[in-house]
Amino acid sequence: MEAPVIQIQDVTKVYHMGEVEVHALRGISLEVQPGEIMAIMGPSGSGKSTLMNVIGCLDQPTSGSYFMEGVDVGGLDDDQLADIRKRKIGFVFQTFNLLARTNAFENVTLPLIYAGVPRAERHTRARAALGAVGLAGRMAHQPTELSGGEQQRVAIARALINNPSIILADEPTGNLDSKSGAEVMALLLRLNRQQGITVVLVSHDPNIARSTSRIVHLSDGQVSGEEIVPQPVEVGE
Amino acid sequence: MLEATRLAWRALMANKLRAGLTMLGIIIGVGAVITLMSVGDGVQAYITDQFRSIGANLLIVFPGSVQDPMAGMASLISDKAALLTVGDAEALADRARVPDLVAVAPQLTRFGRVSVGRDETLTQVSGVTPEFMQVRTWYPVVGEFIGTQDMEGRSRVVVLGQTVVKDLFADNPYPLGETVKINNIAFRVVGVMEEKGGATAFSDQDDMVFVPLTTAQTRLFPSRTLAGERGVSTIMGQAVSDERIDAVKEQISTVLRERHDIAFRDEDDFSIISQAGLIDVFGQIMDVITIFLGSIAAVSLVVGGIGIMNIMLVSVTERTREIGLRKAVGARRRDILQQFLIEAVALAILGGVVGTGVGAAGAATVTYLIGEFEAKLSADAVLLATTVSALVGLASGLYPAWRAARLNPIDALRYE
Repeated sequence: MEAPVIQIQDVTKVYHMGEVEVHALRGISLEVQPGEIMAIMGPSGSGKSTLMNVIGCLDQPTSGSYFMEGVDVGGLDDDQLADIRKRKIGFVFQTFNLLARTNAFENVTLPLIYAGVPRAERHTRARAALGAVGLAGRMAHQPTELSGGEQQRVAIARALINNPSIILADEPTGNLDSKSGAEVMALLLRLNRQQGITVVLVSHDPNIARSTSRIVHLSDGQVSGEEIVPQPVEVGE
Repeated sequence: MLEATRLAWRALMANKLRAGLTMLGIIIGVGAVITLMSVGDGVQAYITDQFRSIGANLLIVFPGSVQDPMAGMASLISDKAALLTVGDAEALADRARVPDLVAVAPQLTRFGRVSVGRDETLTQVSGVTPEFMQVRTWYPVVGEFIGTQDMEGRSRVVVLGQTVVKDLFADNPYPLGETVKINNIAFRVVGVMEEKGGATAFSDQDDMVFVPLTTAQTRLFPSRTLAGERGVSTIMGQAVSDERIDAVKEQISTVLRERHDIAFRDEDDFSIISQAGLIDVFGQIMDVITIFLGSIAAVSLVVGGIGIMNIMLVSVTERTREIGLRKAVGARRRDILQQFLIEAVALAILGGVVGTGVGAAGAATVTYLIGEFEAKLSADAVLLATTVSALVGLASGLYPAWRAARLNPIDALRYE
């Protein structure tokens, strides 16, 4: 059997806000298998974002272990973490985080620049990625010329372009109207189903969460429940 | 690297006005440095040229210590008793003792009032011998120069320089046979010198009149040394060739030390200056002035650097989310550092290039306004200015870039 994409064991995270210690994560264990699509739910302050940051190698846990595809991520320095993010992780943010005054093509190829991919190859891969999210014709468009849903699809194309092991989506539909939200969600589901891309997303919208196959509930920095969704909700594209 | 440069260019283009204003500091600094250096070089080249026109084989012996050649030159205009004498000149003219000197021309020069009727001009009156022509390779354009008979007869004859002719005989360029008064003594004009050129604030070789040395010593500026000899203010000599200049200096020195009774350990009481020596001295003076002015101009480069640092810090803050995103998609510290450093350096170099243009225009303007010399844009100055502005950019970009590189991606992404 393949190693889990994510294998987290007893992870804690403690922040120091001046004198106060904030226990954001209090011993979380979690595994995500290749090809899975999973949602994390929980009230605000439950540690969702912190967990996503740890999974996304943006932050190191205070204690506990984290293996990504069998590789120990604990104890890596900033540059090594950047390297993991570059090769294995695609991020999708609630606020899209596209670069302003930069067209879709260049936004999508941003990760490739840091990966040192030659320009010609960047071009073919950007075409493929934008094609996969249904925006092949919008290469030269600036973010301001795109709708919210289209911007998020550009962001997904950017997350896809390095053929990552996992896509981490933090409230991907949070800033979208329900129609574009459904489209974006359908896109993620399709990518998961057709290309076998592992997806972990955070959402507080039960409808979004219920369209995945597994939901992990967090509260107060701990896993408070886990459910397998037997019949995921279909979202129309 | 190429990508980072493209990126920097786009970032600057995104905010043209701001980039332009930021560059202004560097532009002004580099422009000022380039203009000043060009003008300095131009003046130096001009003066060097002026000295060169004196003649390469020329040596001038001044009274006064060699340690302080400028003080020796001061005796040219002061009435201090001359330490050089006609006897010295005669000794130097002795081919047996100074074999490498082909001609010797003693000179007694003082300022004097030269007048025709009511017109009067203050000019240099130089008592010379016929050898002067050969030594200076300077000849009359009409009439004749001071001759041997004039010397023996202490004649009251005068040869005028072009500037004096223009001052006193506005309608008559060849006033042969006319009478002029020098310090109220009447002299007959026997010749007019050809134009030597080079009217500057420093010297006008044509603003001069020549009389026989003997006449100057007895009738115009009578004075004697303690030993009772007739003094001269300088002795010019023409070496046999410019390779023999150093040998000639040695020979002159030996003769004069012996004549002046200078003990073995003591310093010379005269200085021997060759054209090369003069050029050196003025070159040093000009260098000091150029460096001094240049460092004042360089202050504005520093101010420009502070401007760049300031705007880069603002830029880093404004683009915090962008930095966060770049880090999230895999940019290392080094990538971010490089991006902002290149942006700062690009600002500075761009400023440097524009500043060089401004400096060139400044130099051209000075050349146009003064007209006497050409303020040349030297490759050195351009190279220096560009290098310095790149370094200024690097220095002022370092801290902002480091701040950007060190940003935590999580905080940066959350930044509003």
